[in-house]
Amino acid sequence: MKLVKMNVNGSDVAAEVEENTLLVDFLRDNIKLTGTHVGCDTSQCGACVIHMDGQAVKSCSILAIQAEEKRITTIEGLANGGELHPVQKAFQNNHALQCGFCTPGMVMSAVDLLDKKPNPSDEEIREWLEGNICRCTGYQNIIKAIKEAV
Amino acid sequence: MYNFNYHKPKTVDQAVELMNSCDDPKILSGGHTMVPTLKQRLAQPSDIVDISNIGGLSNISLEENGSRLNIGSLSTHYNVSNSDTVIQKIPSLAYLASQIGDPQVRYRGTIGGSVANADPSADYPAALLALNATIVTNNAKYQAEDFFVDMFQTPLSENEIITNILFDIPVTGAYVKFRNPASGYAMVGVFVAKYNSSVIVAVTGAGPKAFRLSEAEELLTKSFDVNSLSELKIESDGLNSDIHASSEYRAHLVKVSLQDAVKIALK
Repeated sequence: MKLVKMNVNGSDVAAEVEENTLLVDFLRDNIKLTGTHVGCDTSQCGACVIHMDGQAVKSCSILAIQAEEKRITTIEGLANGGELHPVQKAFQNNHALQCGFCTPGMVMSAVDLLDKKPNPSDEEIREWLEGNICRCTGYQNIIKAIKEAV
Repeated sequence: MYNFNYHKPKTVDQAVELMNSCDDPKILSGGHTMVPTLKQRLAQPSDIVDISNIGGLSNISLEENGSRLNIGSLSTHYNVSNSDTVIQKIPSLAYLASQIGDPQVRYRGTIGGSVANADPSADYPAALLALNATIVTNNAKYQAEDFFVDMFQTPLSENEIITNILFDIPVTGAYVKFRNPASGYAMVGVFVAKYNSSVIVAVTGAGPKAFRLSEAEELLTKSFDVNSLSELKIESDGLNSDIHASSEYRAHLVKVSLQDAVKIALK
């Protein structure tokens, strides 16, 4: 067991965990932030995407202990009080989700994209979401939402 | 995932010393191959040595005389694909890095990890062969042509750490990849690099290890043009055959990808 400390959504958190604990399990089980989902658990689907030091990464393929002292943002950390993040708002406006399982990861990837490329083309959006799989929407409304959020 | 002891050394020497004192240590950098491997219980190391905190291994620079590009082993695929130095000196290498996995994976995966793993479908092995790379470790230097021994096999000894990789700078070059739509790995990837008096063609994904195509190199050295390749025949013997593609199909993809690569290199 090791005491792992990091900053999650602006708060310093710490928990004693086994060395082999995944970051996504640390967030869900120890910090009780269950907005980050586990879809495939094999780094393919992107439901577990969070931001670590400002980069969108797959938390199912990172050990909690690797995130020691890092700055983590999860889907719960995006809204400003009761006000949704512009990307969340755009997903709502454009019906960019159906079952919603992939949505936390989609939104976190999209926020990172707009951070790195403030005015992406359709092609760039599609390329950027290559690591996020949605089985409901067919992606069209997700692309529309991200364009609205630009 | 089996459990393990975890260490995060600050220097290469510390890391090597640590590993020498462990039963069965494994190195972790980005972890985007290692962590999935651990999750599937395909490895059971006693100790994980996380080298991501070691300073000085993520620099990207030109050698002092400007002749070679020096990429630190902890450079992520994202950093290689976005490095101004790489884009300016070897744009085909920056492009190759931009085609690995997906954006989230590229933020974490490192060039050193990819090279040490020597996955036969990884992209970098083609670049290392085509760009005459030198793989530098804490105690040795290897030429790329001696490095990819077989599937997942390299001459690296147990506790050896890649520190940086040096690349020749070609006059022009290109990488063309036919990616597996599910995994993103190369079903076939062809890197062509043209130098003043020679051409190197390297193929990844098609065989049990990355290899060079000497016949194509001779043809292209005589005349660097797509037409030079019209008579080129790629044998399917020894190429991979699996649920994704037969060896005959891969042989076909090698030629088509090479032709495309030459066209791009000439643009």
